Amino acid sequence: MQKTTKQQIMGLNGDEAVAYAVKQSDVDVVAAYPITPQTIIVEKYSEYVANGEVKTEFVCTESEHSAMAATLAASATGARTFTASASAGLALMHEMLTVASGSRAPIVMAVANRALSSPLNIHGDQSDSMAERDSGWIHIYVENAQEAYDSIIQAFKIAEDTGISLPVMVGLDGFTLSHTLERVDVLEDQTVQTFLGERKIPLVLTHEGKTVPYKLDPENPMTMGPIALQNYYFEFKRQQDEAMRLALNKIQEVNSEYAALSGRSYGNGLIDQYKLDAAEIAVVCVGSTAGTLKVVIDGLRQEGIKAGLLRLRTFRPLPVEELRNALKNTKAIAVMDKSMSFGGHGGAVFHEVRHALYDVQTQPPVVNYIYGLGGRDTNPVVFRTIFDDLLRIVRTGRVEKQITYFGVRD
Amino acid sequence: MSAKEKTWKEIAMAGVCSKSSVGFMTGDWKTYMPIRDLEKCTTCLTCVMLCPEGAINWRPEKGKIDIDLTFCKGCGICANECPTKAIQMKIEQEG
Repeated sequence: MQKTTKQQIMGLNGDEAVAYAVKQSDVDVVAAYPITPQTIIVEKYSEYVANGEVKTEFVCTESEHSAMAATLAASATGARTFTASASAGLALMHEMLTVASGSRAPIVMAVANRALSSPLNIHGDQSDSMAERDSGWIHIYVENAQEAYDSIIQAFKIAEDTGISLPVMVGLDGFTLSHTLERVDVLEDQTVQTFLGERKIPLVLTHEGKTVPYKLDPENPMTMGPIALQNYYFEFKRQQDEAMRLALNKIQEVNSEYAALSGRSYGNGLIDQYKLDAAEIAVVCVGSTAGTLKVVIDGLRQEGIKAGLLRLRTFRPLPVEELRNALKNTKAIAVMDKSMSFGGHGGAVFHEVRHALYDVQTQPPVVNYIYGLGGRDTNPVVFRTIFDDLLRIVRTGRVEKQITYFGVRD
Repeated sequence: MSAKEKTWKEIAMAGVCSKSSVGFMTGDWKTYMPIRDLEKCTTCLTCVMLCPEGAINWRPEKGKIDIDLTFCKGCGICANECPTKAIQMKIEQEG
């Protein structure tokens, strides 16, 4: 194994791991509003500020809408920026999320995934960020506190690539990850700072005919985020979509670069596979559920059942080719959705995975399990039944139930 | 759309303006326009400072105030704030 840089072992929960990564990333401005289960991130970071451990300008805003507006404004000056939110807070940010992505502001945000009201629920599911899937942000979902730490650092590198210049949200499951203490190996401050370097700023051609860095600068005035109507709006949106496509490569590149440094990688950065090679049946999931499913798969493998897992780490941009290649030889697939698309045909992840496989010649049957809403507990024993369902599909060649509300009382 | 409109590959990112807004006649759709009474005006410059469009300018070389109707949107702030009530808003067509 390649020799990696010096690291320190810490006991951190997911939120603390995020705050620690931000602390090391030399962030200029953090504007945030606390909300369960993200609160610890904001609390911990304000402690760093109060103790003089960071040089960050910390802005306590009066709402999440303002938090995103302030973060965006700071980002427009060329600053490295971070914020964090969850649930109703993320929903309140919605308007500004699209302004941030449309302004190509490389903001990094941690989302401690939580259910949306009503009824009020503070626990973990992915309804909040899945509802923001078309907001133009890159979406990365992590499996554990270690990955939360690693992904925040990586997110700055991805967001600030001058060809991409898009905001990134890193989702960590509320409570399951945000509040659970784990071992986290952290890099040295200097290592993180060398890895990230100073924020690089793309060049733009202004109305004065000058090619200058895209930032607010009195010496080189420019108009940001003006009106673009029928004649230009569409072109700007096409640019954003292209940047997303470029991010597919950048995310993989950063994943490898970071692996060389830390010894840790998450699949290819886009998808993370577990015992998927030569698997007959596969489960696709997003986030911390992967940890539980791995335990189930280990048990099945001991019984000689060829089961595998695909964790979709990057949800936006969607790694369509990788999904196809990884799943095309399986005989039945279950897609796990920890959010609901009311009135839709299954959940958000199901839509994407099944859609990606439509053009695969083998067209394996794909079924959907909507689970864990509002933090409903799921464990290896209950997950085992999903694999039983897949085995039945392979045996009979028939799908009896395409969408299952898994764990709801019927 | 005309052939000289640029493609998505040619324009600056994020809607950065490719040309100055000086050429956009942003005042051509106003309903009301300001009319000044030069007898009452004391050139205190309150209107110059408060115009949100920068459409009211003090010309020191001429010693007078100019209202540029090309950019005036007819909001009426100048008329409302004028301490000597030297500005009145009139329907543009009637003005």
